[in-house]
Amino acid sequence: MRLSRRVAAVAVAFGTMFATVACSSSEEPGEGSKKVEVFTWWADGGEKAGLDGLVGVFKTDCAGFEFLNGAVAGGAGSNAKQVLASRLQQNDPPDTFQAHAGAELSDYINDDQLEDLSAQYTEWGLTNAFPKGLIDNLTVDGKIYSVPANIHRANVLWSNKTVLAKAGITKDATTLDGFFADLDKLKASGVAAPLALGKDWTQQMLFEALLISKLGPEKFNGLWNGTTSWTGADITDAITTYKRLLTYTNKDRDTFDWTDAEKLLMDGKAAYQLMGDWEAADLDAKGFKDYGWSVFPGNGNTFQWLADSFVLPKGAKNADGTKCWLKTVGSATGQAAFNQKKGSIPARTDVGTDGFPAYQQAAMADWKTATQVPSCPHGSACAQTWQGAVGSAQGKFSSDGDVAALQKALASAAAEFGPKK
Amino acid sequence: MRHRRRTWIPGLLLISPSLILLAVFVYGLIGWTVNLSLQDRHNARPAKGYVGLDNYTKLFTSDINDRFVHSLKNLVVFTLVFMVGTIVLGLIWALLLERRAKAEGFWRTIYLFPMAVSFVASGVVWRWLMNTGQGDSAGGINAIFHGLGLSFLESPWWTDPDWGMAAMAVPAIWQLSGYVMALFLAGFRGIPEELREAAVVDGATTFQLYRQVLFPQLTPTILSALIITGHMSMKMFDLIMSVSGAQWLTEVPAVYVWQTLLTRDYAKAAAISVFLLLIVAVVVVPYLIHVNRSEKRS
Repeated sequence: MRLSRRVAAVAVAFGTMFATVACSSSEEPGEGSKKVEVFTWWADGGEKAGLDGLVGVFKTDCAGFEFLNGAVAGGAGSNAKQVLASRLQQNDPPDTFQAHAGAELSDYINDDQLEDLSAQYTEWGLTNAFPKGLIDNLTVDGKIYSVPANIHRANVLWSNKTVLAKAGITKDATTLDGFFADLDKLKASGVAAPLALGKDWTQQMLFEALLISKLGPEKFNGLWNGTTSWTGADITDAITTYKRLLTYTNKDRDTFDWTDAEKLLMDGKAAYQLMGDWEAADLDAKGFKDYGWSVFPGNGNTFQWLADSFVLPKGAKNADGTKCWLKTVGSATGQAAFNQKKGSIPARTDVGTDGFPAYQQAAMADWKTATQVPSCPHGSACAQTWQGAVGSAQGKFSSDGDVAALQKALASAAAEFGPKK
Repeated sequence: MRHRRRTWIPGLLLISPSLILLAVFVYGLIGWTVNLSLQDRHNARPAKGYVGLDNYTKLFTSDINDRFVHSLKNLVVFTLVFMVGTIVLGLIWALLLERRAKAEGFWRTIYLFPMAVSFVASGVVWRWLMNTGQGDSAGGINAIFHGLGLSFLESPWWTDPDWGMAAMAVPAIWQLSGYVMALFLAGFRGIPEELREAAVVDGATTFQLYRQVLFPQLTPTILSALIITGHMSMKMFDLIMSVSGAQWLTEVPAVYVWQTLLTRDYAKAAAISVFLLLIVAVVVVPYLIHVNRSEKRS
């Protein structure tokens, strides 16, 4: 008898537990339509500092509204993306959310989840403040759906100055042939693997930089919007050259993340690494001063960009507040406050360079005059499914070097996930 | 009648929480996943409709680079090496201890202990041990070989395109051999002493004793060991993620599910999950039926 009473108590306890779980619901934002819930994955480090800077500007510019931090930490945004997907599915969108600008937004756009911001672009003067190439990359069927908060550059070749000097290289190569000649010089000087490389997505970055050199920016843009074919002889040629380039890289590349490759550069075991310009902030943070940078040889004044941006979801509880947030994000003061702390550059061309570190000042100057092209691994050129397929194909190529298979895989990925003609 | 009702009510109450949990979180979600795998939900948007078994057939016919087949091939290599490795090592250790080794308890603990470590933790250590650098940039085990002048033994470990998954099984063997040893040891101890004595009286040599008397009695133990290691290996995810991360070379179906989920191809992720569940079920369900029957018999 005593036992069964205890059993009943346990059962009741379990039942209560269930009830508590079922009843506890998430905090509802947007109360009184003053709060603006900003959904990001900027929860720590330079990104958090940048967000705080932006919030500071928002507080003065949009005094009638209140910032509500909806950051979801962890997994380089993968956690946040899962949370966001389920919230959008339940028609409970945050007032605004962070997303890579460009093709990565296409899922949301096709599903009619985002408001067109073209009118705001004109009203806030963004059309003229952003470079035309960026506006072109952002425009989908004549409409723009996001406001970029920052710009990163993907096609930057970082170098270890001491290693270069030892091999007698005094000038940055500007052509692919010149680059191969320099790599040979480095090999002759005893650097076995002069070009540091990491796993799949970093390989795709290197491959894209080489494609820009081979095809030029216009045809490169076409690869992503469907006007350039992936099956052409020029692509075969580019892949063959890329295969040759891989012979100058570390053999254990597939075991490396970009920071491991960066360490090869810092230790002087490699002379070059192609990586996005977040590397400048990282090298600075690690106290390594002996680095140089140039655009990838043969890229000319092409600026391969990627950006974090904010959007106005349909059904946002506080659309006016969101618009004020977006206006802040797009404003010169907002972009300056955000980017000085995050280590990126403003998307606007009219922000003063004061207060920016040396690399960023140079990048800001380039941004004004450059030709803009997007990047696949970072979402500006292709949606996430496409990125996944391309990364996997590069990983395979890194181990078997099968040129025809890589080209076929890239072509199938474009056909399956790319824009439908 | 009344009395009987009273006896089953507390029983039902007692198991109802776990029944509800199982119904919702296991069978309910399996049903949900199967349902999803039959739809065309390949991005964040809601599905447009049902596509039958398309998601399954596409895994074999039109997956780019035959990625799914490649992940299955990796899984087969991993599973075979892992199962053979744990069973051979586990059997050898069990035989050694079964011969009344000195300080048996001590050795048993030593062999069993790796099992207490999580795959993630041991994966991180083995990632360093199986450093793929060779020659002057060697690290981990390769550095030991290099230092001893045994450079020909240096290995690319898991980055070898064909046999990399065999290297990936090494940490798993290291962790689970002790467990298999414990299973065998229990099996040996379960054999009545009279059988050994009878065999010895009949003049059997030690080899004959093991070959003819003891090993045949171990069949159920070997079956358990095969099933337990086999289903662990087929679901292997954490070890691979911490040794190599998600990438082409070491991709197995469980990692592939994770990758497709992250790129929001929900229907494909569901299809791979269901496929994985089915192949595990093919192995486990007959075993459960067998166990059930033999329990009833005894």
